[in-house]
Amino acid sequence: MKEKPDVLQGTLALMVLKTLDVLGPQHGWGIARRIEQISGDLLAVNQGTLYPLLLKLEHEGSIASEWGTSENNRRARFYRLTVAGRRQLQAETRDWEQNAAIIARFFNVKAEDLV
Amino acid sequence: MKFLRRFFIRLSNFTAGRHADQRLQEEMAEHLALQTEENLRAGMSPAEARRQAALKLGAAQAIREHHNAEQGLPLAENFLFDLRYAFRMLRRSPGFSLIVIATIALGVGATTAIYSVIDATLLHPLPFPHPGEIVHIEANLPGVGAHDVGFSIPELRDLRNSGIFQNVSFFFFGSENVTGSAQPTHIAGATVSASYFAVLGVDAALGRTFDPHDASPGSNGEVVISDGLWKRAFGADPHILSKSLRLDNDLFHIVGVMPASFRDQGRTSEQVGTELWASDGFYGDDASPPMRGTRTGYETIARLQPGLSPEAAQARLDALVASLKKQYPADYPPQAEWTIHVTPLAETLVGNVRQSLILLFGAVGLVLLISCVNVANLLLARASARGREMAVRQALGAARMRLIRQLLTESLLLFVLGGITGFAVLFCARKFLLQFVPESLPRLNDISISWGVLAFAIVVSVAAGTIFGLAPAWLVSRLDLNTTLRQEGRGTNGSRKRSRLRHALVIGELALSLVLLVAAGLLLRSFWDLFKVQLGFNPSRITAIETTLPNPNDPKTDIYHTATQESVFLREALRRIRTLPGVEETAVSDRAALPLGHAQNDLRPEPLIREGQDVQSSQPPLIDRSIVSPEYFHVLGMTLLRGRLFVDQDLEATPLVAVINEAAARTYWRHQDPVGKRVRLSAGQPDWTTIVGVIANARTESLADAGTPQIYLSLYQHPAKFLAFYLRGQVDPAAILAQVRTQVQAVNPELPVFRAETLDDVLSSSLSVRRFSMEMVALFAATALLLAALGIYGTISFLVHEQSREIAIRLALGAQRSNILRMVLRQGLNLAAVGAGIGLVGAFIVSHLMAGLLYGVSPYDLSTFAGVTAVLTAVAIAASYVPALRAMRLDPITTLNSG
Repeated sequence: MKEKPDVLQGTLALMVLKTLDVLGPQHGWGIARRIEQISGDLLAVNQGTLYPLLLKLEHEGSIASEWGTSENNRRARFYRLTVAGRRQLQAETRDWEQNAAIIARFFNVKAEDLV
Repeated sequence: MKFLRRFFIRLSNFTAGRHADQRLQEEMAEHLALQTEENLRAGMSPAEARRQAALKLGAAQAIREHHNAEQGLPLAENFLFDLRYAFRMLRRSPGFSLIVIATIALGVGATTAIYSVIDATLLHPLPFPHPGEIVHIEANLPGVGAHDVGFSIPELRDLRNSGIFQNVSFFFFGSENVTGSAQPTHIAGATVSASYFAVLGVDAALGRTFDPHDASPGSNGEVVISDGLWKRAFGADPHILSKSLRLDNDLFHIVGVMPASFRDQGRTSEQVGTELWASDGFYGDDASPPMRGTRTGYETIARLQPGLSPEAAQARLDALVASLKKQYPADYPPQAEWTIHVTPLAETLVGNVRQSLILLFGAVGLVLLISCVNVANLLLARASARGREMAVRQALGAARMRLIRQLLTESLLLFVLGGITGFAVLFCARKFLLQFVPESLPRLNDISISWGVLAFAIVVSVAAGTIFGLAPAWLVSRLDLNTTLRQEGRGTNGSRKRSRLRHALVIGELALSLVLLVAAGLLLRSFWDLFKVQLGFNPSRITAIETTLPNPNDPKTDIYHTATQESVFLREALRRIRTLPGVEETAVSDRAALPLGHAQNDLRPEPLIREGQDVQSSQPPLIDRSIVSPEYFHVLGMTLLRGRLFVDQDLEATPLVAVINEAAARTYWRHQDPVGKRVRLSAGQPDWTTIVGVIANARTESLADAGTPQIYLSLYQHPAKFLAFYLRGQVDPAAILAQVRTQVQAVNPELPVFRAETLDDVLSSSLSVRRFSMEMVALFAATALLLAALGIYGTISFLVHEQSREIAIRLALGAQRSNILRMVLRQGLNLAAVGAGIGLVGAFIVSHLMAGLLYGVSPYDLSTFAGVTAVLTAVAIAASYVPALRAMRLDPITTLNSG
């Protein structure tokens, strides 16, 4: 069986930021499920690794968190994007798209194009 | 930015002990609940839903650890854990810890002590603004062997106009008689050009210093005094600037008081403590203009133009010299090879002490290294004993880096505690230790145990702890789990690598000790040779006491202007001094004749013009000149070889006579009898002086130098102002100064009488820097030897312990006990032989480097090298003997059973 690819910390962080950007304030499980839905079962196991990452992003000031009430009326910690986080997301999205475009062009080049 | 923000939040969480564990628990519980609900909705059974949710979340414990690490600073937390553990280990084996800490304290303390001396003398900049700009300028005549001959007034003007310097100043340190008050006092004074303070860049605290553009030819009647003199002699009078004082009966106007913190530049503490500065133009105000060829002989300092390096200044001075030589060929004959040399002032002041201090620092560095090696050895031995602990911890999953970090924390703790202990001892004992520092050391007063020195001690301890703690930690963490767990505790051979390292460490220790011992041995031999040197005069029971006759600017007011005038005073003073209790014989001379005196720096060789051989305009040879009374040779016990000495009948009216020493006779009248030959000293003198006698060489100028050519003139034919009386006999050293003062002042109450010293003291203080470095290096060498002995003892003991089973088996199989003894001793001897071999190579290099500090002994002195090697071998054997005996007396049955 093939191992699932190790999602790089930076990529995961970017996914978290994008999720919060799209869905607005979310609790940990909500973010995990959203990432899982979009990336298939890429992140299916070890959803728990999200929590240290959330703490790190919070320390870095990209996101903020506060206690709130979840859909089934229990106490849950809700994370939201800060202004700095939004700026970061925009910058990183741009970088990512650039890189992806370059790689894509690279892959699309055929031998005869180079002659 | 983000990184910093994250770091500070973690740091604050760490220091405040804030944990996020509770929050994470809640979040994870909520996460599980939400996931379980979803699983239920997907149709799982409740049990399966919970199980799948937990699986999806991952290992809760690992997540918690991650989360905690993110919240705080795991490195710092672990460090605190390690530190706590290290303290526990330290307390668990107090004997071991004590030995290690004491060894490091010794090494770091000694190194720090020497560093504090070097810090003050070599590293601290001079206490003047922009000290790098201040230079010492020196004129040399290498062609005739003359050094630092000084400049003439026209040359001084050339220097000032060269554009190389902001200011140039002559100066000479001397002493001044302050008269007119109740008791004539004698203070350290300096005569300086008006630009002196401009060169130093220091202004007066009260009033002003001299006007640097003052061009008065002689004295301009102005003096600046020190804060100390102002407070002592004038009661800190605020109206001091309207006052005057008398120096040698001349009236001087006080124009300024220097700040309390001001210390003059100078080589000795006396010069640094100068209390009075008189401004002088350094040429007579008679009608004749100053001659280019008339060198004043004063020392010269200058301040370079801002931004000009000493090297650049030197290049420009070389060009100046070349053009002056072209312009005045008569004044600078090519064979004299006149050159000008600039040196940063700081370097000139420290002078030859630098070499001694660097030697000491090197020696103490070796001691530090040896003590560190010793400690590393001890750590390694203990680490071996803890091999099992390490193996178990590794087996339980401790990462290797983590173990190394822990072991390193333990050794760092020991080193830092040792360093702090060493520093604390040094700090408490600083007053006591400073007594041993010779007074002739420049900038002695600046030595202090400052923050910089503390920082040095801590940096040294941390560096040493890291370097010497890392190797044992590395080796221990590398052990092979299986073998260690199976073997350890059964007394078999430990890791081969570890024992190889231990051997290398001991060999290194022995080699370093040998280097130190050779250095100490060579210094000891030099010192001993100097101490035992044939002086050529007899200093015992002689006390020298100085006085200074007034030297007014106007010769007409000088009551001691001629030798005849002066001799009346001298004869009466000598007659009176001879009546003092215990005094057997007396003599008097000028300061230049004071054996090994502090006046040696003021000595200037004079040109010696031999009748029929030297012409005045050429560059005649130079000779040291002293002026003495007829009794001088007898009182100092100098031997007459040929001719006669001075007699009372040699007076100003009779033909001038001189006595020379053997070195002068050999150098200047080779294969001739100098007696009866006629010479002229200094070009201006019209009369010829006849040499009437030759005396044996005496080391009155320098202990190390036997053959300085010298000429003696009679004090009754040549007046001198700076005088020293000599008293031979059993006198009371405490009272003699006052007694002589009473007698001298009975003849002339205006004269100061100061500085009573026995020639034995002068002799011993002239050796003080040498003795200091010899004693220190010997002390360090002894310490090194002791540490090396401990090291070899420890290693051999350990070997015996490791091999106890083997030895027991040999004994059980019938080996002779003497063979066992020999076997163990051979191991010690092998270590010593390799160590000595490496050490000898090192010692050759070091002794070559320190050749300049040696006297009378070759840097490759065979007997020193052989003797030191023998001592080291003997110590190594002695240190291995105790464990060897233990091995020999091993009881095979108990040893084999105990395994």
